[in-house]
Amino acid sequence: MIRDLRNPLQRARGLGSAKDGVGHWWTQRLTAIALVVLVLWFVVLVLGLLGHDYQAVRASIARPWNALLMIAFIIAAFWHSVLGLQVVIEDYVHTRWLEVTSMIVIKLLAVAGVLAGVLAVLRIALGS
Amino acid sequence: MAQTTRPLSPHLQIYKWQSQMVTSILHRATGIALAVGSLVILWGLVALSMGPDAWASFHAVAASPLGLVLLFAWTWALWFHFINGIRHLYQDAGAGYAISTFIKASWFSIIGSMLLTLATWAYVFMGGAA
Repeated sequence: MIRDLRNPLQRARGLGSAKDGVGHWWTQRLTAIALVVLVLWFVVLVLGLLGHDYQAVRASIARPWNALLMIAFIIAAFWHSVLGLQVVIEDYVHTRWLEVTSMIVIKLLAVAGVLAGVLAVLRIALGS
Repeated sequence: MAQTTRPLSPHLQIYKWQSQMVTSILHRATGIALAVGSLVILWGLVALSMGPDAWASFHAVAASPLGLVLLFAWTWALWFHFINGIRHLYQDAGAGYAISTFIKASWFSIIGSMLLTLATWAYVFMGGAA
């Protein structure tokens, strides 16, 4: 009758032996898809701003669409970076305390980076 | 956790180099480089929000010879990770796994990223000023 020795609850949760399911994999792909669009936008924006002075660059980032896309770009880029760096650390750092410490450092750095970036864009966009 | 002495899988130096392997390694390497590069973008944005002086020091570093070399390298890293990342998304959908297709696609990532990098910098030097 019973063909699977796993607890049915564990199967229903779908978290597997790594205990966190496919969330990491899936988020990495979602942010990748977002970044395909956002990176193209970012490169075009930067190339268009070459040779412009401070006021012009600032005025360009202050435009609503640019400000919105820049915030989206910052969040997606840092999120995607952390997910990628996490895998690299898991694969290559075999000393447990160093692994956990680097994981904490990159995550806190990314949160700080996103907050600083978003605040910077808001200050530019709202003129303060 | 006990440190066991069981054998580990062979590492890089044991394999014959091939394009599929190079693109896989480069995807990670460029990803790490781009994570560092995102901090430079962050510096630029924060400097822009702080005022003309902060922006001027950011601009001076970015436009210095070393800055330009790094930006050139980052441009290639970005385009490689971009093209190869799209290739990964395509493969995640279960397509492109025939060996010949796989090899062609790896070369597409390598050559395509170089061409896009040259095109980007051709625009920088010829069209957009600097």
